[in-house]
Amino acid sequence: MIEHKIGGEMLKVENISLSFGIMKVLDDISFDIKRGEIRSIIGPNGAGKSSMLNVINGFYHPQQGSITFKGETRKQMAPHVAASHGIARTFQNIALFKGMSTLDNIMTGRNLKMKTNLFWQALHIGPARTEELENREAAERIIDFLDIQAIRKKPVGKLPYGLQKRVELGRALAAEPELLLLDEPMAGMNSEEKEDMCRFVLDVNSEFGTTIALIEHDMAVVMDLSDRVLVLDYGKQLADGLPDEVRNNQTVIDAYLGIPHEQD
Amino acid sequence: MIYRETGQFKANYQDDQALFPIAQDRYVILAVLLVTFAVVPLLLNQYWLNAILLPFLIYALAALGLNILTGYCGQLSLGTGAFMAVGAFSVFKLMTAIPELGFIPLVILSGLITAAVGTLFGLPSLRIKGFYLAVATLAAQFFLIWLFNKVGWFFNYNATGMITSPPMTLFGVIVTGPSADPVAKYYLVAGFVALFALFAKNITRGRIGRNWMAIRDMDIAAELIGVRPLIAKLSAFAVSSFYVGMAGALYFAVWLGSAEPTEAFDINQSFLVLFMIIIGGLGSVLGSFLGAAFMVTMPILLKNIMVDGLGTDTALAAHIEIITIGVLIIGFLIVEPHGLARLWRIAKEKMRLWPFPH
Repeated sequence: MIEHKIGGEMLKVENISLSFGIMKVLDDISFDIKRGEIRSIIGPNGAGKSSMLNVINGFYHPQQGSITFKGETRKQMAPHVAASHGIARTFQNIALFKGMSTLDNIMTGRNLKMKTNLFWQALHIGPARTEELENREAAERIIDFLDIQAIRKKPVGKLPYGLQKRVELGRALAAEPELLLLDEPMAGMNSEEKEDMCRFVLDVNSEFGTTIALIEHDMAVVMDLSDRVLVLDYGKQLADGLPDEVRNNQTVIDAYLGIPHEQD
Repeated sequence: MIYRETGQFKANYQDDQALFPIAQDRYVILAVLLVTFAVVPLLLNQYWLNAILLPFLIYALAALGLNILTGYCGQLSLGTGAFMAVGAFSVFKLMTAIPELGFIPLVILSGLITAAVGTLFGLPSLRIKGFYLAVATLAAQFFLIWLFNKVGWFFNYNATGMITSPPMTLFGVIVTGPSADPVAKYYLVAGFVALFALFAKNITRGRIGRNWMAIRDMDIAAELIGVRPLIAKLSAFAVSSFYVGMAGALYFAVWLGSAEPTEAFDINQSFLVLFMIIIGGLGSVLGSFLGAAFMVTMPILLKNIMVDGLGTDTALAAHIEIITIGVLIIGFLIVEPHGLARLWRIAKEKMRLWPFPH
């Protein structure tokens, strides 16, 4: 099994509550993510899954609770700080830089690895050139990994949906994150594209050792990929545990999974 | 057929990332540079240099500046005229205070002063976007012009309120003021523009340019991958104003020779430069040049055709000119909203595939 790769606690979320006005989006949520695991968050629409990811990478600031990432506890952090600490993510609705090429999108993902100042960049010699070439090589490794060589110079706005999702994963991977947050990476895909994406998620996890937090609606995918599953419903924590435990949990079945269809 | 990259193989990333990866593009740009610096000064007379090429090059520099801010970083600005005025008044003050520094360092220094002012007026961009930001930059436009009219220190307390460029030399040739040599002025401005166009191209294809475009295309996603909006936006304002300020300095000191703030740097200047980048192509260095060429030559061309060719009354011709340019702008935007630079790119794509349609 894959159990051996999982290490100690990487992220610990404690008693997080988040509301917008009178609407309570997250209510006293606590869970942890261990180093090297694939941790899924599931729940019906509006359960607060995406909000949870937004809290983790600093885009939303919860009213209560704390987050401990790699041993450091904080109530909130700015998104770029989260990024520099090794948290990257993809979005439910693709958030690529549409006017830029695939390569430029992925290179932008590496912006934190690049340091040369404006003057070297204007001259494009010396350190600026070396840095650009080194990072190009790293970007090309990701392009190879995701098998998107053919579209590297194409503007992403014109790519088909499935490929855009792949480029977005590439942009997140370019930052060489320790924790990767994937918000419905397979939404709207056909079964072949889904299989590809599952393979990428597993490969990222096993080859790069990246810890992954995954939001996904396809239960077959979630149950196959995940090490542990957290279930949310209306901002509340319904269940948390191994895929099998969650699958057989009566509250989860009532709230979300429903009665299995006959053809399944 | 001639324009093909077939057979030009890139064996490493360095070649692939070259400024002009396709050999034919390199020949074209070399030819353009050769014509600019070797052929034009020999062939063209003083009228061409002074009335067409100088304003074209200076406006191209200003358009390049605005394009960095609006085209690359997505921050709309209507303060270009005022920032050009900051460059002009800076260079005037510097030329009268420390002329011993030499003209080129003074122009760069005025660019830096404008960059500081531009950054200051760019601060609202951290909170407001789009049209609302445009209104905030409009405040810069009116406030700065008012300031230059009101405070005597800026125009050295002379009675007219105008600033006049004192003669300054470069390698022994006078390049500013009324007695300057047109060819020397042309070389100076063309050199400036060529060099800083190269710098702009380099910046926009590197990390900083990508961060600007990331902020333009999807600011939230940019922030979440580590692009700091504060630094990206303010650096865009700074670099943009640096270019616009230098353009303003050259506009006043080299081209006009003397200027009066309300007339030379009013809101119409801001719109003119904005039209240039919209027509030329947002987010394109080439587009800045094409847009400037279009907006500078079109009125002259129309006037020549109507007044000299058809014998139209001058006043009537001026009105027809405004109408025609308006119609042309609308026409262009309908045919190709991404500007002349996009048309050029489509033409290149077609040439590569010719004679096949796909």
